[in-house]
Amino acid sequence: MIASFHAELLKLARRPATWLIAGVWMTLSLMFGYVFPYFSYRGTPTGPSTGADLGERVLSEALPAALVPAAIQGFPLFAGALALLLGVLTTGGEYGWDTMKVLLTLGPRRLSVLAGKLLALTLVMLLVVLATFVLDSAASLLVASVTGNPVAWPPIGPLITGVAGGWLVVAMWCLAGAFLGILVRGTALGVGIGLVWALAVENLLRIFGSIVAVVDVVQRVLPGTNAGALAAALGVPVQGQPGGTPGVTDVVGGRSAALALVAYLAIFVAASAALISRRDIA
Amino acid sequence: MLLVETTNLTKRYGPRAVVDHVGLQVRRGEVYGFLGPNGAGKTTTLRLLLGLVRPSSGTARVLGAAPGAPAALARIGMLVEAPAFYPYLSGRDNLRVFARYASVPDAKVEEVLETVDLADRAKDRASSYSLGMKQRLGVAAALLKNPELLIVDEPTNGLDPAGMAEMRAMLRRLGTGGHTVLLSSHLLGEVQQVCDRVGVINEGKLLRQGTVDELRGHGGLRVAAEPLHQARRVAERLFGAERVRVHDGTLRLDVDDAQAPRINHELVCAGVAVRSMGWHQPSLEDLFFELTTRRNGGPS
Repeated sequence: MIASFHAELLKLARRPATWLIAGVWMTLSLMFGYVFPYFSYRGTPTGPSTGADLGERVLSEALPAALVPAAIQGFPLFAGALALLLGVLTTGGEYGWDTMKVLLTLGPRRLSVLAGKLLALTLVMLLVVLATFVLDSAASLLVASVTGNPVAWPPIGPLITGVAGGWLVVAMWCLAGAFLGILVRGTALGVGIGLVWALAVENLLRIFGSIVAVVDVVQRVLPGTNAGALAAALGVPVQGQPGGTPGVTDVVGGRSAALALVAYLAIFVAASAALISRRDIA
Repeated sequence: MLLVETTNLTKRYGPRAVVDHVGLQVRRGEVYGFLGPNGAGKTTTLRLLLGLVRPSSGTARVLGAAPGAPAALARIGMLVEAPAFYPYLSGRDNLRVFARYASVPDAKVEEVLETVDLADRAKDRASSYSLGMKQRLGVAAALLKNPELLIVDEPTNGLDPAGMAEMRAMLRRLGTGGHTVLLSSHLLGEVQQVCDRVGVINEGKLLRQGTVDELRGHGGLRVAAEPLHQARRVAERLFGAERVRVHDGTLRLDVDDAQAPRINHELVCAGVAVRSMGWHQPSLEDLFFELTTRRNGGPS
């Protein structure tokens, strides 16, 4: 498995798609976490100021003290979708290029190949999450200095919890993508299904969940809902409230959400393993 | 010693047997040609041997282990169908990735790049390679583990004549250099040039297996005469019906060429006009078409 892990890291590091996804992720994080809040506070030459109270509140979410919610606010939605995309590309690409047959004849067992792949993906997710926190720290510092606000960093405990929670969210989406890539043995269909599910279906169910009781029960166990619930538990404003974040909900408690995400991780790993170990590579 | 041995190896997709009770035997140090028309079941058999596809029934042992066993895979190099690579990586990085999976040191990558004469282009993206270069990179990947057994499927597909000759020479070299090569091909000339032993497969069944000479047989007399039915009666009276057959409008006699004057004399005496008579050594092509057309319902 170590050999497969090293090989997979080399592939991911040299793959342009990895850097492109990470770049888009960072850019969106900065835009929604800092650039837009700052301009909302200040007003722009092309738009009115948002008003003193709302402006101050929005600005407070871009200061160092709010680093955790600011950094992970996009994880349940756009970062999750990007993580899913990377997962599908990583496994589905092996079928598209027919390299899966090569990997499975190089020596390692099928499950070792898979384990190396999934481990490398989760490590890349951790690195991207850490990079997001570092970049957002710099951005929050800049906002604080430009606006003359004091620099107060969050305590180390919540910071570590935030990194871990954010990692859990995006790792779950990434392994969901990896499973889809294996399931459909390609990239296009996996990306399509994954993104429609993550960005559209779960949000629609959330809307109907407020109307239909049985849908509400169902949506509480879905991966997107639990990802949003964990983000909410870590301080991200809930969708529907003023300044709320799309995809973030508090219909599930933080601990339950974390457990549900761990369960989904396990399910995606087990399902991928079952497919890889049983299927013919024809 | 047998490096590959299958017994009644069968793979079914639904009711259709793509590989049907195949008993393949590849000996250490030989170049074994696996010959068959397109769709005969060659690639599926190779995939079965590599553990990529699981058999419906029957058994296979490859290097003493079950197909797909890591210990055996570590000693097998393979190039099945088109060579497969990561298009965004250079040729060298593709090999480095495969080397890591196989736990082979990076130094081996440079060695195999030299072997296949790709060192100069190793830093270029694999997607920019010509078909011939991709094929050579595929061979390089197969050689990374310094394999005891090399399984190659249609290795000259898409190559120009020079590339084909180069590839065959390389396979021949490997065969004489201590490697065992299992080569699948539908190109008769290629198999005849490169292989020590041959197995002919069609519609999933292994029809014949042996050295090229064994398969071709020892030849016989070919007689063109009229009327043919009368010539046949004369020949059967002389040598027995089991040594006489009609093929392509001529008599094929399973006799020594020293018998030619005698059969000529007897035919003429019986009023048969002999148009031509000569020694016929069947080629691998003759055998191939005879075996495959017979199974496909063609003339025998």
